[in-house]
Amino acid sequence: MNKDGMSETRLSLRQITCVFGKTTAVDRLDLDIAPGEFVSLLGPSGCGKTTTLRMIAGFMRPTAGTIIMDGETVSSAAASLPPEKRRMSMIFQSYAIWPNMTVAENVAFGLKLRRFDRETIRARVMEMLDTVQLGALADRYPAELSGGQQQRVALARAMVIQPRVLLLDEPLSNLDANLREEMRFEIRRLHDAFHFTTVYVTHDQGEAMVTSDRIAVMNHGRIEQIDAPYLLYTKPRTRFVAGFIGRTNLLGGACEGDVVSFDGFRLPRRMFEENGRALAGAMQFSVRPQSIALRRARADKAGVVEARLVQRTYLGESWDYVVSPTGSELRLKVAALPFEVFDVGDTVWLEFDPLQMAPIAG
Amino acid sequence: MRESRGAAERLRRFQPVTLLWLAAAAALIFLVAAPLIRLLVSSFQSTDTGGFTFANYAIAWGHPRDLVALGNSLRYAAEVTVLSAVLAVPIAWGVSRTDMPGKAAIRALILGAFITPPYLGAIGWILLAGPNAGWLNRAWMGLTGSANGFMSVYSFGGMVLVTALYAFPYIFVFTAAALDLVSSEMEEAANILGAGGLRTIFRITLPLVLPAILGGAIIVFLDTVALFGTPAIIALPARIPVMTLELWQFFEFPVRAQAAAAYAIPLIVITLAMFSMQRLLLGRKGYVALTGKGGVRRVAQLGPWRWLVLGYALLVVVLAVILPYAALAQAAFSKAWGLGFSWANLTLNNFRALLFEANSRATIIHSFTYSAAAACLSVALALVIAYIVSRRLVRGGGVLTVLCMAPLVIPGIVLGVAFYATYAPPPIALYGTAAILVIGYTTRFLPIAYVNSMAGIRSLNPEMEEAVRILGGGRLRALARVVVPLLKTNLVGSWLLVFIPATRELSTAIFLVGARTRVISVMMLDLSENGSFETLAALGFFLLGVTILIVLIGYRMVGRDFMLRRS
Repeated sequence: MNKDGMSETRLSLRQITCVFGKTTAVDRLDLDIAPGEFVSLLGPSGCGKTTTLRMIAGFMRPTAGTIIMDGETVSSAAASLPPEKRRMSMIFQSYAIWPNMTVAENVAFGLKLRRFDRETIRARVMEMLDTVQLGALADRYPAELSGGQQQRVALARAMVIQPRVLLLDEPLSNLDANLREEMRFEIRRLHDAFHFTTVYVTHDQGEAMVTSDRIAVMNHGRIEQIDAPYLLYTKPRTRFVAGFIGRTNLLGGACEGDVVSFDGFRLPRRMFEENGRALAGAMQFSVRPQSIALRRARADKAGVVEARLVQRTYLGESWDYVVSPTGSELRLKVAALPFEVFDVGDTVWLEFDPLQMAPIAG
Repeated sequence: MRESRGAAERLRRFQPVTLLWLAAAAALIFLVAAPLIRLLVSSFQSTDTGGFTFANYAIAWGHPRDLVALGNSLRYAAEVTVLSAVLAVPIAWGVSRTDMPGKAAIRALILGAFITPPYLGAIGWILLAGPNAGWLNRAWMGLTGSANGFMSVYSFGGMVLVTALYAFPYIFVFTAAALDLVSSEMEEAANILGAGGLRTIFRITLPLVLPAILGGAIIVFLDTVALFGTPAIIALPARIPVMTLELWQFFEFPVRAQAAAAYAIPLIVITLAMFSMQRLLLGRKGYVALTGKGGVRRVAQLGPWRWLVLGYALLVVVLAVILPYAALAQAAFSKAWGLGFSWANLTLNNFRALLFEANSRATIIHSFTYSAAAACLSVALALVIAYIVSRRLVRGGGVLTVLCMAPLVIPGIVLGVAFYATYAPPPIALYGTAAILVIGYTTRFLPIAYVNSMAGIRSLNPEMEEAVRILGGGRLRALARVVVPLLKTNLVGSWLLVFIPATRELSTAIFLVGARTRVISVMMLDLSENGSFETLAALGFFLLGVTILIVLIGYRMVGRDFMLRRS
């Protein structure tokens, strides 16, 4: 694609840093996004995700580092291309629909700035409004729309100009729960239809999972891990990611000869080293509650541990059990299906699958 | 390759809003900084050589009369302030916290006092309480058979009363707004602990709103120290020297502008000190009643006592509005006001003369066009600067704020002196032009427009503008297409809040009008010197009618409380 033979990257953040006074909001962050890719920045509030997005948009200038779009430097500490020259578009947390213009005027705004002729504008606006199912409301004012409809206007307004990069800043946080669920699928549907390069900021892992090709989990201004959603879940690489994405049990283990020993029980080392994975020394494992099976009787195989059931909670779609392996201080969370009923005090047998136990750093 | 693009890149990244910023900064220097600096400099400048000297201060303050004037001004302001509080606070309490009847009418009449130019009220009181000839004195003489009237407006006490009757609405507005925010639960907490009604008022309610009362009182004090019209009408014939009149005397032939400047500087110092005190008082924390939400409010059931509170409120509005306007109305429709009420004395000629005589018609047109121009300029300038400051487009936005708000601490008459000293002489030589009045008004009322614009812009989510920019529009487009349309109501409100006081502005105008740029306020002063009270009253009614019309339009467009809002 690129004549200079550079790698195919739409947007590249290199060592981006942003400092406010004494706090470092974004700390030497690197990120490459391919054309047509949908990447989420996911993290707790204050992790620097919105700051990163606003630097990409050009509303803020990085303290250090560069942002490169299609081979051109658009942001650096020295100069920053203003947002209006970046040919991006953005969906804001407040939607920022202009209440003084109708739905159609809102959507047409970017096209008018690009000096399309009147007919083209009208056709494109109507086509886009039909896509977001607002065709019938073109002449309404925003105050006459529901929250979900305003959200769709914001989407239409941002997409109709065919941006080089589409930015979304917590777009669903002002919607009620049902609508939020619906709009995640809508956003992914629109991405599948148009394939705009997209950066999506959210603190809701469910939203990120449904919409994204890749998720960058951020903490303290840095990306902890960037991967496809299922890999973040099954192969978290840091303690933060393991704890932030879904629920998990963190276990400390040590390699001793041909076993890996944990607090109160041991598992055969060879079970961990299938598929060429190697273990060494003391390490931490993230073990998802779903990856541990509960049995009433001891099965005749390796990786089985005796435990006592200490606590149970019924959540409708599953049981939440807490078990303690015999001779151990550990408390492990285990998820089970509704018909797998145990009582507090029962003796149970845990079946671990070491391949689902992800070794993590720090 | 990228290096060679440097210059083009920089051009491409240059934003047109920078030009707007430069223009706004230049305007502020022209309107605010230059006149103030010029005033300060010329107070130290020798009249002959232009060199540095303290001589002006010696001339300005050398005469014992100048010190007497300072003392008089301070005493005058203090007495007016106390009297205004006495007039305002009980009515504010009655309107805000009790079941007093006729609240809406009382509020409307107080608004009437608020929009009455103080010098017009003073004229009304000359007709009422002029020695012997005034209506009240004539009634007194008729009733008692006495040979002399019982009061004269041409006295220190008369001046204080007449000033306070048009100054008390400030304290009323502040106090009523604060009382509206005091939760009844605070009073009930005192009641349940055994405090009676009166004790609760004096121990709980009043202390809670004390900062607001003092805030309003300081404004009254400052306004009175700087007041020119009422003293010119009353103190001048009564031979009571006050500072604003002394300042005026420096402009009698031979004009001693440098001495005037030296005399004006202490006025600014007083104002600045009082103003900082007001900020301090109103900024104090701990008075939750003023900052928090209102909570439940129940009005006190006064029983028969409510008639007493109403009676007091009526007495005040009768003195401030009804009697003076009745006297003015009589004069406006009379051939000679002293002839009293009779068919033979009735005429419309006063109004006819105003509207059809070329000179007075031109004066009326001047007032409205200059005020409209000044309102447009100050609203536009305030909007641009408030936008630049609140969106942090440049560093040092604080300096722009200070410049915008500075005219607040400059008494109008001092502003007049400063503009005269800066722009009357060559090379700019604006003296006698409409421009010098328009820019004078613009500067004088810039703070009102600025405070309003700032409040408006703060209420806008910046994402509205960011949405314009990310779609490819610049800041100017965001201003034109989003900020201005969304602030339409706010801008109309600020325009009116500048336009209305500008139409009656006297103290700034007095030094800046020329033979061909006379305005209504100056014409009224001339008419009062000539004793032409009939034409004057007609002019006053005309101004009042137009003002009421504008206020009503404002109500329709902006909302009911735009004049009495506390900001």
